[in-house]
Parts: sequence; C-alpha cells; structure tokens
Amino acid sequence: MSTLVIADHDNASLQPATFNTVAAAQKIGGDIHVLVAGNGAQAAAQAASHIAGIAKVLHVDAPHLAGFTAENVAAVIVPIVKSGGYTHVLAPATGFGKNVMPRVAAMLDVAQISEIVVVESADTFVRPIYAGSVLATVRSADPIKVITVRATGFDAAAATGGSATVESIAGAPDTGLSKVTGQELSKSERPELTSARVVVSGGRGVGSAENFKLLEALAAKLNAAMGASRAAVDAGYVPNDYQVGQTGKIVAPDLYVAVGISGAIQHLAGMKDSKVIVAINKDPEAPIFQIADYGLVGDLFQIVPDLTAALG
Amino acid sequence: MKVLVAVKRVVDYNVKVRVKPDGSGVDTANVKMSMNPFDEIAIEEAVRLKEKGIATEIVAVSCGLAACQETLRTGLALGADRAILVETDVDLQPLAVAKLLQAVVAKEQPKLVILGKQAIDDDANQTGQMLAALLGWPQGTYASKIDIAGGRATIKREVDGGLETIEISLPAIVTADLRLNEPRYATLPNIMKAKKKPMETVTPAALGVDVTPRLTTLKVVEPPKRKGGGKVADVAELVAKLRNEAKVI
Ligand SMILES: Cc1cc2nc3c(=O)[nH]c(=O)nc-3n(C[C@H](O)[C@H](O)[C@H](O)COP(=O)(O)OP(=O)(O)OC[C@H]3O[C@@H](n4cnc5c(N)ncnc54)[C@H](O)[C@@H]3O)c2cc1C
Ligand SMILES: Nc1ncnc2c1ncn2[C@@H]1O[C@H](COP(=O)(O)O)[C@@H](O)[C@H]1O
Repeated sequence: MSTLVIADHDNASLQPATFNTVAAAQKIGGDIHVLVAGNGAQAAAQAASHIAGIAKVLHVDAPHLAGFTAENVAAVIVPIVKSGGYTHVLAPATGFGKNVMPRVAAMLDVAQISEIVVVESADTFVRPIYAGSVLATVRSADPIKVITVRATGFDAAAATGGSATVESIAGAPDTGLSKVTGQELSKSERPELTSARVVVSGGRGVGSAENFKLLEALAAKLNAAMGASRAAVDAGYVPNDYQVGQTGKIVAPDLYVAVGISGAIQHLAGMKDSKVIVAINKDPEAPIFQIADYGLVGDLFQIVPDLTAALG
Repeated sequence: MKVLVAVKRVVDYNVKVRVKPDGSGVDTANVKMSMNPFDEIAIEEAVRLKEKGIATEIVAVSCGLAACQETLRTGLALGADRAILVETDVDLQPLAVAKLLQAVVAKEQPKLVILGKQAIDDDANQTGQMLAALLGWPQGTYASKIDIAGGRATIKREVDGGLETIEISLPAIVTADLRLNEPRYATLPNIMKAKKKPMETVTPAALGVDVTPRLTTLKVVEPPKRKGGGKVADVAELVAKLRNEAKVI
C-alpha cells in the first residue's frame, strides 16, 4: 500500500491544505510520496521534502505546468500513479484539487471520493453530503482510491522534521487543450481565509462594499481573515473568493464572527465546525443564533465599531 | 453549434433532509425535488448562447429515475429544445453519469457540454471533469463568464485566490458556478410549450454503459448537533467572554 499526495502549491510554497492532506495519508498508512508538479517549483519541492513522514518527493517541472491546468496536471499524474503502483492518490479539496482529481479518477477508471473528513480504514471514508447535514460512510471497491481531503477534518502534518529525497522526473508533454491567459487575484492584507485562526465574515446585512470597511477594521484588530456569505458576494460587496459555505470555502477557525448573516444551511456548511462562533444580527430569530456560542442581537453598524474600539 | 446540458433531479435546496431511521440513506419520499440549482444556471447559459446566435440547438439530458422527466420538462420550459432521459433505477455515481453522458455525446456530437459545478445532494463536484477526461476534451470548470468566438472559448473561472481566465479549444466541457448568470423563471406559456417538445428515453444498456456503483454507502448519520444559542447582552460582555471563557482573543 502506498499513497501519492498531490501538492497544491504556487511553485514557491505549499498551500496549507497540503499538510492536512499528508495527515490524512498518514491515517491510511503505508509509504507516502508527494508529487510537486509546476514550473520553477524547486522551493515547493524542497518544502515538501521537509514534511514529517514523507518517504519521497517527486518533482516534475515544465513550462506547460505553469498554469496548473487540470488537463496538463492530470496527464502528469496518471502515468506516475500507474508506474508507481500507488493504491491511493490524495489531493486537498482546494480549487486546484477539485478541478484536477476527478479528471485523474476518470482516466484511471475509478471513482473519486470527495472531501473526506475521516479515514476509517484504507478503503472506508466519511464524507459530508447535503451541505453537511449528513455524514456518509463510504467504501470503495476500486483498486486505486482517488480522494480529495477536506482540510478541516485533519490536523496538519508537521512542516518540518522530514528529510525526504527529491527526485526530479520528466512528465507528460503539453496536452495543448487549455491555456491560462489571465488572473485577477484579490489582494488583501488579511491572512488567507481557509487557514486563518480568526475569520470575520459579512453578509447581506452589511449592505455595501463601502460598509465592509467596518468589518475590515475589526478583522485588522483580530488579525483575522475576511469571509462572506454568498449573498454578499452576489451583491458585489466582496470578491468571489470570500465566499464561505457549501459551494464556497470550508473553514474551521478558532473564532468565527458572523456579521449580518442569517445562517442559511448552505452558509453553515462552511463554518459550523469553527471552535467558537460569534453572531451579530439584528433579528433575534436569525438561525445563525442557534449555532452561535455568543450571539449579540443588535444593529451591526453600532456593534461592529464598538467591538473594534473595545479590542483596543 | 449544438449545446448539451446535463441536469440532475435533487432534493430542493430549501428542504431540511432527514436520515432514514435505519441509517441506510437520506429520506427522499414525499420530499420536494427540483432541478439542481447549478444546472438551472447551466441551462440559462445555453439559452443565452442561443439568443446570441451562437448555439443553434439545446439538448437537456438527465440520468436516473423516470421522475427525472419532470426535471427535463423544467429544462424545456426554460428554453431547451429537446430532452433525453437515460432511465435507470440504479443509484448513479458521478463516474457512471459521466460515462452515460459520454455515450450521449458520441451520438449527439455537441460542440459544448454545460454541467453544474456541483450537485447539492452528493456534493461530489466531479461529473464535468470526469466527462472531459473520458472525451479527452478541455474543461472550463467553475465558470463565471463564457465567451465563444472562432472555435475557441474564453472562460473566466472562480478560483481560490479570485478569478482566472483560460482559453480552451472546442469541443469543450464547462461547469457553471453561481455567478455565471441569474436564471430566468419559466413563464406559463413556456411551460405549456415545453409539454410538446420532444423527449426521448434511452437506457444505460442501450448506450452500452456499465453503471454498477463503485462506492458502497455503509451508513449515513446526522453530524453531532452544535450546542449554540448562547447570548450576550452587549459588546463589553462579548469581549469579556471571548477573553476569559473562550480564550480565543
Ligand atoms: C446552490 C446554492 C449554493 C449556495 N451556496 C452558498 C454558500 O456557499 N455560502 C453561502 O453563504 N450561501 C450559499 N447559498 C445561499 C444561501 O442559501 C443564502 O441565500 C445566503 O447564505 C444568505 O446570505 P446572508 O445570510 O448574507 O443574507 P440574508 O439571508 O439576507 O441575511 C441577512 C441578515 O442580515 C441581518 N441584518 C440586516 N441588517 C442588519 C443590521 N443593520 N445589523 C445586524 N444585522 C442585520 C438580517 O437580520 C439577516 O439575518 C447557496 C444557495 C444555493 C441555492
Ligand atoms: N444523474 C445526473 N443526470 C444528469 N446530470 C447529472 C447527473 N448527476 C450529475 N449531473 C451533472 O453533473 C453536475 C455535477 O454533479 P456532481 O459531480 O454529482 O456534483 C451536475 O450539476 C449536473 O450538471
């Protein structure tokens, strides 16, 4: 039994969810190799070699992997899985992993098991369905298990302590199917949403992009990442990458502050495993209060500035 | 060009689902069913492509029980021209659906297949990518904008850091994200017209596809309920509690 973990990285460093994915691989057992496929990704490959418990890092570098397109990355992964005889292929359930892994699974003619949160055994896993309202335990009969891992289900593997060898290997050529031609990445001074210790999220109640500055000020005090409900994103108050929920990002910080968010199940799906939840909402009946540890009923335009000030 | 749209019948997003007492699955008896919301967006995008003169025909496809006919009728009322039901009682998993769609694509030869990014029941987020792999086509997943010109598609995608633009050749697979468009409602005249639009039924066997599930669901449970409902009176109490009780600030 051996596992190939597909690293999500930006060539320079590994995305945090990669470490949680290694932790899931450790629960499965057997040798763990990490594949770093990119363009000029030496630093990311080095970082992977330091993760505790890794036997080997495979590094594939090529200009056509610069965009991390699913077509080219899957074409690299599949022959490595076949020749390496891996029984498990794991990637984090990030935008990258979700895009690439089903393509890998279909090329291998196996099912994919999406967003596992528990490893029960080498072939049995728990995953949330129906916006997290239900947890399903599923067993795979396929010879190769292709899996995406929900980072919040596993404590990150240690980033240091390992000294795996880095093996540079050649990868599949450019498929020529897809090309990344542009990026509009949202710039923020705030920490990254899915790995932050504190998250401040705003909903439709915040009312405008301008008003989100109130939340920014609070987030700055708390050294928090910024998040949002779908309604706030749809209304254009904040960029799409702020969305927390069933079809957005899944977060489980130590502290989640929900401001002007009603608490629809699709939103709760993305944050209900947070350690402590604070809700600020003027409607005492808002469903968000049912899951909040500390609910404060009132006008956010009063409360948020007061709270920011009180945090000195 | 011909556009194929895959639509799934799912438990309506407003329904609070319940686990069957024996833990074998989710209770879907007497529960409101609807078209997967992302698939409404997929249909809408196809209709807009037709209104722009880019798409010439829209074929809606659904795989599953005979009841998926309702979902297909909704698709026809929203603007699809005809529908194909791949009928089976087997519990279909994404790989099986992708193979069925691959077989339909082989017959229909569309230039573009639009799917939803994710079905809100299984939350798999797989079928479009799998179909693209089986066909050897490019995939424009999580699309928030589609431009088609000169045999190529330019897709703006929602990614973890913001937005990314890719250029792919046609034929291609696109999966719809929430911000691709705002779907229209079916009007009464269009619902009436939809009843007369053609709907064809085929079986997985006729398409030569083995749909045997690869995954077995051993049990389903409701997650432990979070103990919430605590209230604080004011900001001062909130700050004190976060500092001294929760110790998170
Ligand atoms: C397919 C699908 C996928 C979805 N995916 C997601 C997802 O991933 N994430 C997500 O969040 N949603 C998702 N949704 C949407 C979800 O169903 C809700 O519509 C959404 O979460 C509501 O956002 P909201 O709470 O900001 O807005 P609303 O429900 O409108 O709530 C606004 C809240 O603000 C409060 N408020 C207003 N003014 C003030 C004030 N001055 N002070 C204090 N409080 C105030 C109101 O009392 C209200 O409770 C999805 C829906 C569908 C159909
Ligand atoms: N049984 C089905 N019939 C038709 N389309 C489907 C079916 N299952 C999934 N799809 C399509 O695939 C998309 C993604 O579904 P999933 O991979 O299950 O999350 C859906 O939004 C549909 O467009």
